[in-house]
Amino acid sequence: MSIKMRRKKKKYSIIIPTYNERLNIALVVYLVFKHLQDFEFEVIIVDDGSPDGTQDVIKQLQNVYGEDRVLLRARPKKLGLGTAYYHGLKHASGDFIIIMDADLSHHPKYLPSFIRKQMETGASIVTGTRYVRNGGVHGWNLIRKLTSRGANVLAQTLLWPGVSDLTGSFRLYERKAFEDIISSVVSKGYVFQMEMIVRASRKGYQIEEVPITFVDRVYGSSKLGGSEILEYLKGLVYLLITT
Amino acid sequence: MKHILKIMALLVAVAGIWISLLETSVVPRSYTWLLPVYLVVSLGCYGLLMVGVGLMLFPTCPQEASLLQKVALVIMFISDQFCAQIPAFSG
Repeated sequence: MSIKMRRKKKKYSIIIPTYNERLNIALVVYLVFKHLQDFEFEVIIVDDGSPDGTQDVIKQLQNVYGEDRVLLRARPKKLGLGTAYYHGLKHASGDFIIIMDADLSHHPKYLPSFIRKQMETGASIVTGTRYVRNGGVHGWNLIRKLTSRGANVLAQTLLWPGVSDLTGSFRLYERKAFEDIISSVVSKGYVFQMEMIVRASRKGYQIEEVPITFVDRVYGSSKLGGSEILEYLKGLVYLLITT
Repeated sequence: MKHILKIMALLVAVAGIWISLLETSVVPRSYTWLLPVYLVVSLGCYGLLMVGVGLMLFPTCPQEASLLQKVALVIMFISDQFCAQIPAFSG
């Protein structure tokens, strides 16, 4: 028996939380299937009771791609990002968990590079970073970039996290690592992403990075206001003290 | 070891060096008293420098946005065409 037959093919579970993503979700799923043709995977969509008909679109996608490849695991209302991932994890059957956003800020064309990086390095976690040479952002004005850069420098100085992009939510985790880390995380929103990666770093998991591009919202708009900044600073202090 | 303890240990080490410099008077006392201020100001300047450099070198990808817009437009066009052919949607 050849080595290829003996080694079981790895399966990837892609968890995508959605809320009012009727316009984007079909495009995201189409692109995932387009770019992951050579891999075994499933897409788990955790929808928090979107009133705009997102779940109807997902059911149509299930008809197209199969209910074993596109899984809808809905929840009655908005219950938070961290719990959405945990909910998706319970229904995942893959060896690896990939998390990404549904609003097309994360392009599925980078999925093979995450997988390749993990295969090459044997890392437990591969995180996408927007802040390195082949990565980048689009749609951010100067103030937004300044805030992002300032926040990043502050976090690097205080936390020494070992990754360049703390708040990114385009990541691949080994299933065991994901289960281990998520059980000790309590934060919400994007501080959740920070806490995940900082705790992973403290626990000694091998973390690799791949450059990704981040296009801010094809449809809709995202905001960064005073309350988000305050939330971020509180998150930093919390992580400084408890990790 | 928890991260905060590492930071505390670093601060204690710096404080120890400062006190020993004060005691041994290798450097004139008037300068030594101000050493913590110099350190804080240098750290602040370094931080601002990193923010400035990062801002200048912030990687951007305008070509990605235009690619994505094109894909979105094509899909919308196809779905409009598809919906127009279904009586339930166009009627």
